Amino acid sequence: MRSDRQNRAPMGLKIAAAAGLLFLHLPILLIFVYAFTTEEKSYQWPPPGYTIKWLGVTWNRPDVWESLALSVKVAAISTLIAIVLGTLCAAAVSRWRFFGREAISLLVILPIALPGIITGIALRSAFNLADIPFSTWTIVLGHATFCIVVVYNNAVARFRRLSTSLIEASMDLGADGFQTFRYIVLPNLATALLAGGMLAFALSFDEVIVTTFTAGHQATLPIWMLEELVRPRQRPVTNVVAMVVVLVTFLPILAAYYLTRDGDQIGGHGK
Amino acid sequence: MTNAVSFTAVSRHFGSVRAVDDVDLEIGEGEFFAMLGPSGSGKTTCLRLIAGFEQPTSGQIRIFGEAVEGIPPYRRNVNTVFQDYALFPHLRIIDNVAYGLMVRGVGRAERHRLAEEALALVELPGYGDRRTGQLSGGQRQRVALARALVNKPRVLLLDEPLGALDQKLREQMQEELKSLQKALGITFVFVTHDQGEALSMADRIAVFNQGRIMQVGSPEDIYRRPNSRFVADFVGASNVLPPDFTGTGKWSSLRPEAIRLTSSGGKPARVAWHSFLGGQTRVVLDSQGQRLNMLLPSTEPAPQDGATVRIRWNDQDIHLMDDDR
Repeated sequence: MRSDRQNRAPMGLKIAAAAGLLFLHLPILLIFVYAFTTEEKSYQWPPPGYTIKWLGVTWNRPDVWESLALSVKVAAISTLIAIVLGTLCAAAVSRWRFFGREAISLLVILPIALPGIITGIALRSAFNLADIPFSTWTIVLGHATFCIVVVYNNAVARFRRLSTSLIEASMDLGADGFQTFRYIVLPNLATALLAGGMLAFALSFDEVIVTTFTAGHQATLPIWMLEELVRPRQRPVTNVVAMVVVLVTFLPILAAYYLTRDGDQIGGHGK
Repeated sequence: MTNAVSFTAVSRHFGSVRAVDDVDLEIGEGEFFAMLGPSGSGKTTCLRLIAGFEQPTSGQIRIFGEAVEGIPPYRRNVNTVFQDYALFPHLRIIDNVAYGLMVRGVGRAERHRLAEEALALVELPGYGDRRTGQLSGGQRQRVALARALVNKPRVLLLDEPLGALDQKLREQMQEELKSLQKALGITFVFVTHDQGEALSMADRIAVFNQGRIMQVGSPEDIYRRPNSRFVADFVGASNVLPPDFTGTGKWSSLRPEAIRLTSSGGKPARVAWHSFLGGQTRVVLDSQGQRLNMLLPSTEPAPQDGATVRIRWNDQDIHLMDDDR
């Protein structure tokens, strides 16, 4: 039996861990602080004074709302596409053995391993070649390529734990394919899809490189931020937007964490 | 009378493996029918063919006279109790049992009432609100049974239904299954590798080996009059005797309990070893180079290992087998 003393981490390790966490999160706090500075041309430390006027300024800037709306729209649609296609693909790969199964599995995962700049260039030249004008939809397509991967990965892992006999039992009890999917497969898949979907949404929401190549004149929120940083006036507006995004995204991530925490008991006892 | 299930020259091949090989089979209505055999003998595949999870490579299957080729599992009036029970983990017990009614569009109140009735039938009244994880193995088995029976199937298929239970629970469930089947009058087809289970529960047994049926008959037939060395050996560990041992020109079987000790006459044999089984003592003998198993009632004293004894049996206990497989 180990004593309490041996179970306790040494002081040095504790300090190192704390330092690591601070290094990760202090810069984010700095962003928050600069959202309230009175200095608008450069980031000056310590801020010469504090004000909340940037909240109002940001609220009244139409370009902020446009890019935010575009980002939400693109992320939502690419996530939806990813959930449908990623789930179907995961179902095919985990349920059946067929020619080219391993290849499909690899090809689906590839976009996330590929540098975004290559995906971006490839898509841009493909769109040009096919004479597709750049629009919201080209951004959506670009984002869907890597969003599918995260949904697929989550769904494949869950499918593997879902015992085949549950599906057979459902069919045996009179449920056709659609009913079996609706009442048995989907409920057992739901938390995995939720987690995958949220990750996909987050990936799409802060994507820069692929977006640069697949967007026309439109700016998603991260692109707008990049452009804003090189402009000399009203700099803290960017910080206000960043702060709001952090606060708003924190809630669903927290929710996803709590929802998927209990997911281990799902999917077929005994096998 | 129409048979509940009939197979005509049914085969199911997986690549080069003949899981089921040219099987003919008739299962009567209201029968408690056992498919007995070692693992990989094709009995489970036969069950899955009836359920509709597998399609025959060739041959024809009829359920109550109707050819079922191409009819999916959800349109067959047949239900299965799965080996791992396959209860739905995300549903409460009551919703597990009511599932078949739900997908057929039976209203909520009505299906819950029927499910509750089915739970009472398997002696789990009031368990509806629990989760599958809160039940013991035996209780899950009963829920699986209720979930199948609530649909009023004309044939109930059971895949190794008692395999995961401990000995005492097995014996209890054997009795309950038997009386349930009598009360409901439904055809039960169950798959097992346990010959004791098959002998005690079934009206008729089909013994499977390597995708083929070796023998079909009543438990007594199968036990007393095995048609082949395989059946004699697999069902109840008979002594399988070569033609020259008995001088009959055919392979024959001799039940261990048919051999008796005698003080004079009979054949000499040497006791190799013996083991105490409770109600009986198993004595392994060596007679003219032939190994023989004998079962003695425990009330009789067991002979010493290494001793020479004299044994005899009645001629009618030697059962000649036509099939030398």
